[in-house]
Amino acid sequence: MAVSFLCAGGVVQARDLTIALRSEPSSMDPQFHSLTPNTQLSETMFDPLVRTDGNAKPVPSLAESWKVDGNVWLFKLRPNVKFSDGSPFTADDVLFTYARVPLVPNSPSSYTLYLSSVAKVEKVDPLTVKITTKGPSPVLLANLSMVPIMSKKAASGPAPEGKTTVELNRGDGLVGTGPYKFVSWKRGAEIVLERNPYYWGKKPAWDKVVYRPITNSAARVAALLAGDVDVIEDPPTDDLPRLQKDKKLYIQETPSVRVIYVALNQSKEVPPGMSGTDGKNPLADKRVREALSLAIDRKAIVARIMGGVAQPAANLLAYPAFGASKKYSTVPAVNVAKAKELLAAAGYAKGFTISLGSPAGRYTNDQRIAQTVASLWARIGVKANVETMAPPVFFKKRDSYSFSTYLAGWAASSGEMLNPLTALVVTKDPKLGLGTTNWSHYSNPALDKLVLDASKTLDDNKRSEMLQQAGNMAMDDYAILPLQFELSVWAMKKDIRYGGRADQMTLAQDMTLAK
Amino acid sequence: MLSTIIRRLLQTVVVVLVMSALVFAGLYLVGDPVSMLASPEATDAERELIRQSLGLNLPLWHQYFIFLSKAAHLDFGNSFLTGEPAMRLILDRMPATLELATVAMLLSLLIGVPLGIYAGLKPESVSARSIMTGSVLGFSLPNFWVGLMLIMVFAVMLGWLPAGGRGPVESFGPIQLSVFSLEGWRNLILPAATIATAKCALIIRVTRAATRECLPLDYIKFARAKGLTERRVLGLHLLKNILIPIITIGGLEYGQVFAFAVVTETVFSWPGMGKLLIDSIITLDRPVVVAYLMLTVVFLALLNLAVDIAYTILDPRVRLGGGS
Repeated sequence: MAVSFLCAGGVVQARDLTIALRSEPSSMDPQFHSLTPNTQLSETMFDPLVRTDGNAKPVPSLAESWKVDGNVWLFKLRPNVKFSDGSPFTADDVLFTYARVPLVPNSPSSYTLYLSSVAKVEKVDPLTVKITTKGPSPVLLANLSMVPIMSKKAASGPAPEGKTTVELNRGDGLVGTGPYKFVSWKRGAEIVLERNPYYWGKKPAWDKVVYRPITNSAARVAALLAGDVDVIEDPPTDDLPRLQKDKKLYIQETPSVRVIYVALNQSKEVPPGMSGTDGKNPLADKRVREALSLAIDRKAIVARIMGGVAQPAANLLAYPAFGASKKYSTVPAVNVAKAKELLAAAGYAKGFTISLGSPAGRYTNDQRIAQTVASLWARIGVKANVETMAPPVFFKKRDSYSFSTYLAGWAASSGEMLNPLTALVVTKDPKLGLGTTNWSHYSNPALDKLVLDASKTLDDNKRSEMLQQAGNMAMDDYAILPLQFELSVWAMKKDIRYGGRADQMTLAQDMTLAK
Repeated sequence: MLSTIIRRLLQTVVVVLVMSALVFAGLYLVGDPVSMLASPEATDAERELIRQSLGLNLPLWHQYFIFLSKAAHLDFGNSFLTGEPAMRLILDRMPATLELATVAMLLSLLIGVPLGIYAGLKPESVSARSIMTGSVLGFSLPNFWVGLMLIMVFAVMLGWLPAGGRGPVESFGPIQLSVFSLEGWRNLILPAATIATAKCALIIRVTRAATRECLPLDYIKFARAKGLTERRVLGLHLLKNILIPIITIGGLEYGQVFAFAVVTETVFSWPGMGKLLIDSIITLDRPVVVAYLMLTVVFLALLNLAVDIAYTILDPRVRLGGGS
């Protein structure tokens, strides 16, 4: 509720902010479950050494500056920083935090993911930390931005990991240097935070912040319209035109790093769901893949299905993101005639039948996009049977190569090209952790080598060059068909402003009162 | 009577066992929890570690056996998603659902029984006919639609009531309830009314049918002949005799609401068990789903038993345990 009071300098509006989230964090422990709902919450209470700005670029946070020499990184910590309990922040807290990561038990998605390239963490002096990596690691900064620094004093305890996840969920030991501090968590109902009086950075606009998980999107919109909440995440695209017309509201649309794509199973054998191909897999033929890409009207999908809340995609990451080339910055025109020619040249003038798998409700309008892609393919004679199912079922089937083609999405959390390339198009190698989401059997040794070399190149210009080249190779090959980049949408009361973030996170401290 | 209760409880144990096996097998077929839990960027080795730490690498029968042996000590495993005991997560949420279900059922009885009796007494009148038409609407409208309409009217357009959430609660030991404050009622009334719309319609129809059945019977005629006031005839003789079907339906429906208030809780972001169940199914949080279903089976069985006991008290001709 709005409360006004007199301040020394004049009248100041002090307001509490209520935000409706689309999913609830599973835990308050900032090292328990690496997933966006948890990460965005811990970013309001904690700071990492380095954080990423709205465009996924690393910027100083608790580390004021850093120097890199081969495998050795020296981080200069920001002086005079205090935790929300008033105790000072030093190198010991950094050491404690990084040591705790692998000790957290039962973690459904461990933060070890972000420290896998780290060999050693040492304290040089109270305000200097030395990190040695196992090899040259250009993505270290992006990775460290995912690991919030905890207080050694507050989070130590008898368990190996110090304060346990259960204790932290109660708020016990949940002490960070971030703009807000923990007040209470009623599971399923609300998370209450209040301003951290010792915060080192810019004073956030709100005294108190309440996060309310409202998973049903219609209920989220209703809560905003009724004035129960000030800001909502992710309003349904169907409601957007109405919300945009509402004079009491302000809508923010921000490009995201999530690409929605169609993967094509390029195995030598005939993949499941395919017929009419004389025992061959036409998707292994580049001409067929190009034809399928040419038949997709990406602009129409964005305009009609997404209500404009997306950008047509020609690459795995939008230009000018790091490593995304200009060559594939705009989508080519649809060309049904050329697509048919290509199919005929490949020996499939009469077309064939494939399956197109899609999750139902994992990505915005996913089922409808899949159905549209199928009808666009029908125009060139390729009959695609759309198979949509609940996300858990979809992912299980996808991971056993049960579709000839499937629709899915990928968010490049590090904001640069290395991430989608390594996950989606590099040859699958479970031992090295490469191609973890490459479920299309695509394999190109030249591209693999380029990506691997880039992942060890510290020179930014050179690395960007290599990544652009690798990305171009994948796109030249039609290895995977990008469809669109989602826009992230927030709807809020008209006197609030939020710039949004490419990583789709909702951060209360970045919301301000409109002038 | 005691032996019957014991036998019923034993039956419940068997049902619970069968349920747990079915749910276990069903969830196993549905998908891989690791793909829902792990960060999309996790490597295969990291996924394998998660699989091992959650015990998902073992064959299904082995996982089930571990589950059973733990359940014998009332340990239903930890939630995959939060790492906390599954049963405790559910029990934390139970008061919210119980409160919603109880208020909704009381609401439907308070409105449904008088309307039903009235419709039974004067079946030909215009008002009785409109009550019956209304009741058809009541249970044919989908729950989520009723909920959204109530939100649109009372929260968005009129701005009288909040659109969702539970609002302030008062703690009684570990149990938190919102029925003791006006602010709490403001949050409670719309979801309760949503559930009551359908349940009330059912109560009206059952009450009307029972009333119509009882009216021509001798004891009513006799009571009237004795010159008792209409109020006493209806309040004592009629009501007592139509209570059995009402209690049966009321009890069963109460159980239904308690166990499956899912849709309403989702629409109103009511932090009850139903919402927890849905969230857990989506993330394949197997221990929570299994514990939830076992709890509801036990609850429904106990509720049925309570209904049966209520019969014997109301109508001495009904004897528990058949002939003996």
